[in-house]
Amino acid sequence: MTTITLPASPRRPDWLPALLLLPALLVVATLFVYPLACSLLYAFRDEKLGVWGWGNFLRAWDLYARDIYFTFGVVLLSTALIGVLAIAIAGYLTLGENRRAVAVLRWLYRWPLFIPVVVAGQMMRTFLAKNGLMNNALMALDLIEPLQAISFLDWRGLVFTFVWKQLPFATLLLAGAMAALDRSMIEAARNLGAGRLRVLWQILMPQLRPTLLVSLILSFVAILSVLSVPMMINAGSPTMITVDMAWRVASYSDYGVANALGFISCAMCGLAAWFYLRQGLREGGRP
Amino acid sequence: MSFGAARFSASPRAASRSAASPLAVSSFAAAALRNALIVLLALCIFGPLTNLLLWTVTEAWYFPAKLPVSWGFSYWTRVFRPEAGAMLALGNSVLIALSTVALSTLVAIPAGYALAQRGLPLRSLFLLLFLLPQAFPAIAVHLNIARIFYGFGLNGTITGVVLVHALQGLVFSVWITSAAFAAVGSEPIEAARNLGASPLRAFCDVSLPLASPGIIASAIFVFLISIDEFSGTFFVGAPEISTLPLQLYSAATEGNYQIASITALLLLLPSILFMFVVERFLRADVLAKIGT
Repeated sequence: MTTITLPASPRRPDWLPALLLLPALLVVATLFVYPLACSLLYAFRDEKLGVWGWGNFLRAWDLYARDIYFTFGVVLLSTALIGVLAIAIAGYLTLGENRRAVAVLRWLYRWPLFIPVVVAGQMMRTFLAKNGLMNNALMALDLIEPLQAISFLDWRGLVFTFVWKQLPFATLLLAGAMAALDRSMIEAARNLGAGRLRVLWQILMPQLRPTLLVSLILSFVAILSVLSVPMMINAGSPTMITVDMAWRVASYSDYGVANALGFISCAMCGLAAWFYLRQGLREGGRP
Repeated sequence: MSFGAARFSASPRAASRSAASPLAVSSFAAAALRNALIVLLALCIFGPLTNLLLWTVTEAWYFPAKLPVSWGFSYWTRVFRPEAGAMLALGNSVLIALSTVALSTLVAIPAGYALAQRGLPLRSLFLLLFLLPQAFPAIAVHLNIARIFYGFGLNGTITGVVLVHALQGLVFSVWITSAAFAAVGSEPIEAARNLGASPLRAFCDVSLPLASPGIIASAIFVFLISIDEFSGTFFVGAPEISTLPLQLYSAATEGNYQIASITALLLLLPSILFMFVVERFLRADVLAKIGT
């Protein structure tokens, strides 16, 4: 009996991958690219007058200039703190010499990762309030008098919540990338007498700058997109522009100003992306 | 926040501990500082969680009292009454999350399989494309989706909410599924093909079962994203469709700490549960291939 053996890996038809990708690409095109294009375009459209122009931006600036500054400040501060703390925790996880401390830290830092953002918002509403557990603990330790107890549910509450929720994600990425590095270089530097801080700063971090930047940019955008936390923690003035956007749409059906604010938050993300690309070019250009 | 500065200064102290000639005193101080910082981190992480749990069993708690004045479960019965809407919201949340998982998995398996082939033209561009929804502020997109859906009658329907959630979860489902197929490698498939299996048979009997732990992990991520999603549901679903996050938000703005905290606990349980489960499915070889 003769059998015809097939070639080991026959050439696949070229259209097959395209066909397999099609459904996912359709989802992205219809539910992301198209609405985003609408958002960016209609920011320049005054629908009452039926004209194109800067009107929405001028109105958005008139009404919400303070909120725009506030949003940028809160997001930037949160991202910076996430960067510093993620480097510190991931660095200790990689270079720490006390096994028990490393194990405890590894178990500890991940918890907020899986806690829903809305739940984190509600936790902070109770924890950082005037009668929250934080003030109660400080009073119990005699660090503050009951009269000094204040609510932290303002920009500090927002920053605390965002750092709390987003830090494990950045740390996870960074620690994962550190674990994937070749340990022999670390050992060599340690043998030559380099301290752990120096190893972290001069050996690990230069190799991890892309990972760090990606994790920080994703954190920046994630924080900029959160609607529930500022609504729950800090709905008064000044607040974050996500709340203003929801308010413009829900109360006035004013898509023009809402889209202008959306354009501004996209511009903030664009700034972050530009920073990343510039860094990448500088590194690419280095001999 | 001084907390950040303090945590960061741990490293130089810790480094001096292991310097060439460590003094016993400085080594002890460094260890004490390290432990203090870990305790501080633990307090920052578990303090809010504890406060939430306390409120779920509180009957009354006013300002100067450091702990609840009276304890009890009376608010639980109020939350679980049918007219409170929490059970309906829970049902909606689970139904939407499961539908989102089904839709994303259906879309992500072919896409992930195609993206797992290294030779695919424009491969990294496609990977980047699926990341893009995470790289733009979601609110701007969501409020325009709501406007577009309005024309199709999808606002206030489960289908509309599922579509928005599927978009939010897409990068996780596609990237993790692709990593899972890439981790399988080409040898098992070539072996099956050499034994005479058709491409489809090799895919169904070899690739898919070997990649299934990674696919399950991606499903878990999508489920959690859907359960947690707020702004998309807020714009597309509300007020007709209420999910647990929206229910939690309205309880919180009404100022009822107990009901909000109990709703938050309902929302928290699947997340904590899956945290322990996901590690069993997301193996290191798959993890290392995500996004590459």
